Amino acid sequence: MVPTSHYLILGAALFTIGVWGVLMKRNAIIVFMSIELMLNAANLTFLAFARQAGNLHGHAIAFFVIAVAAAEAAVGLAIVLAIFRTRGTVAVDEVDALRDP
Amino acid sequence: MSDKAELVLFWVFAVPALLSAAGVLAARNPVHAAMSLVSTFFFLAGIYVLLTAHLIAFLQVIVYAGAIMVLFLFVIMLLSLSDEELGVDRMTAMKWAGALGGAGLFATLVWVYWYQGGGPARVVGPDYGTVKAVGRLLFTQYLLPFEATSVLLLVAIVGAVVVSKRRI
Repeated sequence: MVPTSHYLILGAALFTIGVWGVLMKRNAIIVFMSIELMLNAANLTFLAFARQAGNLHGHAIAFFVIAVAAAEAAVGLAIVLAIFRTRGTVAVDEVDALRDP
Repeated sequence: MSDKAELVLFWVFAVPALLSAAGVLAARNPVHAAMSLVSTFFFLAGIYVLLTAHLIAFLQVIVYAGAIMVLFLFVIMLLSLSDEELGVDRMTAMKWAGALGGAGLFATLVWVYWYQGGGPARVVGPDYGTVKAVGRLLFTQYLLPFEATSVLLLVAIVGAVVVSKRRI
């Protein structure tokens, strides 16, 4: 059995890559992909802890995370499409209508 | 499976998963980024099998690598954008601060996991992580969240259709 810490550190690394993507990329679609990476890292952590504890509750949570990720991707990409239609761009730093005073 | 073989398999799945996750950020073309993400999901599914989470591994391939990434590719091709049109990612001071914060988060997590998280895993039975065992848990103890998830998916479908309509 591989030590649980290996899986946890892999999950932390994937989560960090996702955080970097969300913070540093301008393309809204890449930002969404980074969010999917972070959700996957969270799933991996849930499964690793479930394996360590020897019960299946982490698996149930991972199932719900996958369902929520599907819903999030559908709504988020619809919003990206709507923004592209009205503003002609998907760069996250140019969509600032709510920030302008 | 012996411990040695399992550790080798872990690295065989973990290193390409990290590399293709980095490829998502490094790719100039969003389609290449999506393909990197698909391969990340496949390698992660392998990791899930190592964790004896068979149902989640299959769901990972079917729902993530199948459904969600097809949605991403559809939107990328509808927009037909490339990163060149968006311009180079400008590294402002705020972004450097964010990158540093992300690195700090990683260091903290590794420190905590290394000293606290590495307990020995329990020995599990042969039906651990199978469709039958997880399904029984989902339909008994997690029945209410399960039904709420179906409502959530319905709301997401209706919301996606309404938001992406040309004229609301």
